[in-house]
Amino acid sequence: MNGAHDLGGMHGFGPVPDKDDAHPHPEWYDRAMALTVATAAWGRWNIDASRRAREAMHPAKYLTLTYYERWIDALERLMVETDLLTEEELRSGEPADGSFTPPVDAEGARSALRRGGPTERKVDTPPRFRVGDRIRTINRHPAGHTRLPRYARGQGGIVLRHHGAHVFPDTNAHFQGEQPGHLYTVQFPARALWGPDAAAKDTVMLDLWEAYLHAD
Amino acid sequence: MSHEHGNDTPHREHSHVPPDPALRVQALESLLTRKGLVDPGALETIIDTYANRVGPRNGARVVARSWANPDYRQWLLDDATAAIAHLGYEGRQGEHMVALENTDSVHNLVVCTLCSCYPWTVLGIPPGWYKSEAYRARAVREPRAVLEEFGVRLDDEVEVRLWDSTAEIRYLVIPQRPAGTHGWTEEALATLVTRDSMVGTGLALTPEQAGDAP
Repeated sequence: MNGAHDLGGMHGFGPVPDKDDAHPHPEWYDRAMALTVATAAWGRWNIDASRRAREAMHPAKYLTLTYYERWIDALERLMVETDLLTEEELRSGEPADGSFTPPVDAEGARSALRRGGPTERKVDTPPRFRVGDRIRTINRHPAGHTRLPRYARGQGGIVLRHHGAHVFPDTNAHFQGEQPGHLYTVQFPARALWGPDAAAKDTVMLDLWEAYLHAD
Repeated sequence: MSHEHGNDTPHREHSHVPPDPALRVQALESLLTRKGLVDPGALETIIDTYANRVGPRNGARVVARSWANPDYRQWLLDDATAAIAHLGYEGRQGEHMVALENTDSVHNLVVCTLCSCYPWTVLGIPPGWYKSEAYRARAVREPRAVLEEFGVRLDDEVEVRLWDSTAEIRYLVIPQRPAGTHGWTEEALATLVTRDSMVGTGLALTPEQAGDAP
């Protein structure tokens, strides 16, 4: 979706803030992160659905909320969407039903963090592109989740690396299946993306699924 | 100032203030633990992991070994996931790693324009600036200006390679080894490797900057 999260290239945000980490972060950031990680162990959603939920808000709201407020806002909506919570429970703060058992305890959380969630999958279809091939990205503006940023649509680049097949976020985010596709690192000249103000030597790399690419 | 609303309706003004996020998180945590949806011990484990166990010291150890050991460096460049797991760092947000080598002619810089993808296993939770709108918006369009803000001035001859983490591949920059460190142990070398140097917004410290030679 062409949301406010797709920030690449935007103007107006000023200098990069707090480059020296001078301000210690509030404790609730850690708790928001931990709640997000711990509830993921229910397996009712996936990382792509989490990102989709964080993006799915009015652009003005997205830019007003701080980082972990977006996480919490998205987490509440995901938990309602997947029937772990009701709107009424969120409103009242009172559980209607206390009979659940958490999917992970302290030890389970430790192993889940160590295990992670690899996204590479075996597929039967051979990759369409090889390292060195010239490709062009598609110019599409889906209303749903996608990982092809606006600034890189309809652009020509060169395949730098093939990563095997990975879970496809555009479907996985909407619970429409993993539909793994070949993933490539594609190199674009910075000037092709950003015009003559970019340095002639500089390049920009993106990791892009085969469905985002056609031969050029 | 307009007096349209008068002074008798402060509650109306107040109702437009968003709820305090700290209270909202506290309320959610309380609801989830009482409903049995999360285990309090799991929360403490997750917080402790990223506060005390997983952070940029992991990445510094990887980089220091790659400086000291050419075979390890080659392995890291060929198969970063395996080479990093060999030192015990694996798991969430480090499942598929790629190492990027800075040289005299190439400087690598990593961003995530769409969210905040970051190699947790070797660098921990990203700092606020990495997640900021300014960094996400600008690093990809004007990396040299952003680098200058971080105090990194590159020669025009150097190619900036900007990596936008759009998939589940996570990037670790291997900064250049500083001069004057010949014969240093891995432990000593690791003290020169800053978090920012492994994102590309910094360089490794010189022995003088680090303040003490081993």
